[in-house]
Amino acid sequence: MTDFTSSTQVAGSTEPTLGKNRARDRFMRHRLAVLGAGMIIALVLLSFAGPYLLPFNDLYIDIRNRFAPPFASIHILGTDPLGRDHLARLMTAGRISMSIGFSAMLIATCVGTTIGAVAGYYGGYLGAALMRLVDAMLCFPSIFLLLAIAAFINPGVASITLIIALTSWMEVARVVEGQMKSLRERDFAVAAELMGGSDRYIIFRELLPNAVGPIVVAATLNVANAILAESYISFLGYGIQPPTPSWGNMLNNAQQYLSSAPWLAIFPGVAITLAVTSFNFIGDGLRDALDPRLDH
Amino acid sequence: MKAIPAAAPTLVVDGVSVSFRRSGTLIHAVHDVSFFVRPGETLALVGESGSGKSVTNLAIMQLTPPAPRTLVKGRALLTCKDGVTRDLIAASGEQIRAIRGNEIAMIFQEPMTSLNPVLTIGDQIAEAIVLHRRVSKRQALRDAAELVSLVGIPDAAKRLSNYPHHLSGGMRQRVVIAMAISCQPRVVVADEPTTALDVTVQAQILELLKNLQRQTGMAIIFITHNLGVVAEVADRVMVMYGGRLVEEGDALPLFEKPLMPYTAALLNSVPRMDMAGRRDVVLDAIRGSVPDPSHLPPGCAFHPRCNFFVAGRCDATQPPLEEAREGRRVRCLRWREI
Amino acid sequence: MSKRTDILTVSDLRKHFSIGSALFGGRATVKAVDGVSFSMARGEVLGLVGETGSGKSTVARTILRLSQPTSGKIVFDGVDITALSRSALKPFRRKMQMVFQDPFSSLNPRMTVDDLLTAPLKIHGLALGRDERRKRIAALLELVGLSPRHAVRFPHEFSGGQRQRIGIARALAVQPDFLVADEPVSALDVSIQAQVLKLLLEIRERIGLSILFIAHDLAVVGYICDRVAVMYLGRIVEIAPTANFFRAPCHPYTEALFSAAPVADPKVKRNRIVLSGDIPSPLAPPSGCSFRTRCRYAKPECAVSAPPLREVSPGHFKACIRDDLSLQTWDGETTSS
Repeated sequence: MTDFTSSTQVAGSTEPTLGKNRARDRFMRHRLAVLGAGMIIALVLLSFAGPYLLPFNDLYIDIRNRFAPPFASIHILGTDPLGRDHLARLMTAGRISMSIGFSAMLIATCVGTTIGAVAGYYGGYLGAALMRLVDAMLCFPSIFLLLAIAAFINPGVASITLIIALTSWMEVARVVEGQMKSLRERDFAVAAELMGGSDRYIIFRELLPNAVGPIVVAATLNVANAILAESYISFLGYGIQPPTPSWGNMLNNAQQYLSSAPWLAIFPGVAITLAVTSFNFIGDGLRDALDPRLDH
Repeated sequence: MKAIPAAAPTLVVDGVSVSFRRSGTLIHAVHDVSFFVRPGETLALVGESGSGKSVTNLAIMQLTPPAPRTLVKGRALLTCKDGVTRDLIAASGEQIRAIRGNEIAMIFQEPMTSLNPVLTIGDQIAEAIVLHRRVSKRQALRDAAELVSLVGIPDAAKRLSNYPHHLSGGMRQRVVIAMAISCQPRVVVADEPTTALDVTVQAQILELLKNLQRQTGMAIIFITHNLGVVAEVADRVMVMYGGRLVEEGDALPLFEKPLMPYTAALLNSVPRMDMAGRRDVVLDAIRGSVPDPSHLPPGCAFHPRCNFFVAGRCDATQPPLEEAREGRRVRCLRWREI
Repeated sequence: MSKRTDILTVSDLRKHFSIGSALFGGRATVKAVDGVSFSMARGEVLGLVGETGSGKSTVARTILRLSQPTSGKIVFDGVDITALSRSALKPFRRKMQMVFQDPFSSLNPRMTVDDLLTAPLKIHGLALGRDERRKRIAALLELVGLSPRHAVRFPHEFSGGQRQRIGIARALAVQPDFLVADEPVSALDVSIQAQVLKLLLEIRERIGLSILFIAHDLAVVGYICDRVAVMYLGRIVEIAPTANFFRAPCHPYTEALFSAAPVADPKVKRNRIVLSGDIPSPLAPPSGCSFRTRCRYAKPECAVSAPPLREVSPGHFKACIRDDLSLQTWDGETTSS
């Protein structure tokens, strides 16, 4: 059989995964996104590795050193009313707040992706019904919804994570539904059906991998919102309960000392701000980097 | 630059090269292309993807992305309606805007991307007229109605208030043609104008273009990859491959006896209707693929796919463009021997 | 033709789409396919030619049961598959496959060639061992003129022609008996089209594949097909063996198609038959013969009823009531219909 190929003629590229490299380059060019990524890595390292570097933990009560201001003593960020080291508490709180944020994102993404995928792929009455459910849930202001549910449950890390997830899956569902609707029409999806692929195969093995970009972006923004949501409800007293620290309830405790010991409020506030804005920047950067239209 | 033949050409393109800067590297899409076109003549520009056929014409009209992303060298001398010859590539922004649409117009493949979906047909044609001819809007609309019936759309007056999505593909392309000829340009560049249309509609559009050309004496540069269309419309043919001009000549002699192996191979690899239903027919497929402009083979760009390839010659030197006979140019080291 | 040698028999196939809402502006029906009947023998290549709105793609998709026919019968390999459920259809999914027009969207961009070719094997439980799979995939790639080295690459690393080959390899992975090729070369460069066409012919020779070849380019159809069918507004208007079709077309629309089709030879001179107007909207097709509004030879009788397909010579059918026409073929020669 005649040789229809010539080894030099595989079009263009020499590296097998050109798409991935381009995406990474595009992300790197987004300075704020890189900054955000760096900040998150720093926060995570600080919160999870930090406690091993500090001589005291967050429970150690040092009454003689209570209300110590920051940068003045061995307690780098000062101490709280009970003499506990502020930095240590921040780190523990960081672990908790970020874990809740991340876990809530995972649950929300799974739930949202499944519902969105089913709605987008099947369409028709099922799809319409599911999307109206999404719309209905979006009608409720999330904070009020959260507070209302939180008032009825026993607040703990697991339950808070769950209710945050339950009130934030809708965005992901919307994104996935839109993606599925357009991907379903593509020729390769038709080819998969022609092959005899089951619906489950087509949705999860053929179509969803092509929607990874927008899902990742939605998930990243979801983490930011989850951290913020946890802070809100903990600040209002319905979330993580003391003595377990979270950035939100540290802010709550710091309210009465705003004028006398402002550092008690400033540092948790800064931490929340940094975490949330960093995730938002990363989300922006990912959105540009993963835009399939910019490939080839 | 070669001597200009008797009927003075309207457009003379001289040594045009176009390079793009893509992620750091410079990609040479078009190398040193020169050609001319005379009034009332149709020059077909044939090539496949990566040949540079569309880029050449975009560059002439300064429609490529601006420097430094794109580098355009060479001259494109257009003899305008006022008798003055201007270099389009060197023209200032203001000058080129006055020339585009007025002296030289372009028709693209997809009429939906040339037409603004939120403006009526009448408004769009009138817009082009008002821009170049300084007449009132009302007069422009009257002219638009005339143009619309000139291009064969019935019920012209009613059609002016239609939006593009009300029209079929063929009609939209007619509207685009109407816009293109509205200011009686001297040259019309048609880039695959019928590729997206049904075959019967394509025939109508080609007929329309021929008639308009007869009436107005405009020159047409017809870019296509379809050799059948070339045979229908072209007076002269230019073949491009790998960003270079590889053969040029009058249509009939070129089809009868192509001198460049690529042209010959192309003509032999296209199924022909006289082959239909015959079992003994063998189609000579050209092996390999069309080269990517960023990875052109050394020497002659066609050599990896050429049946007449000679190692040491064809892959070592870039063949120059030679004048084979009157009006025929070839870029091949071995054209005399083949 | 004996029923036993026919791989496919389509009887009075109709596919109607309702568009519009019952509440606003009322529902309208698009008769995309309106009474199509034909048979295909094993190992035959049947060309389906038509312009926009002819319904040729819809016919193919309906035959493959990608969409549900409104009425009619599809008998594939002796079995009536018209109303089979999805699970009952699965074994037939091995026997009928499709090659798509757009090489850029027919392959999943996230899967390597290896993944793409393994998927159909896995779905049908073929070649389960890793070694056997690798051998199968290597054999498939070589069959379509690619190298086994290419298995680790992604679709975007290949040219259009190569992607089309991968698409063909994927379709052949399950060893089908029947292939629908929906404009498989229209989106390819001219110099590559011949490669893919020859590949299809070669595969047909090797494994006896039956191919339904959908195209708009008559020259391509003439080269690769054994028989040609022309569709207009949802109906077949002419069907004939290729040689007869090109030598002596019998339907005015075919004549118009030949006249309009560009021929790559400047010496061929024909009388230009330019059809007036555009294709009628499929929402409101003309009564009787749907071509009569653009037909040069139309008579009042043509509006009465849609002409059925009549045999005018062995294997050559036309849907036209007139027998007295002298029609021009692609090179200007005329023959009587």
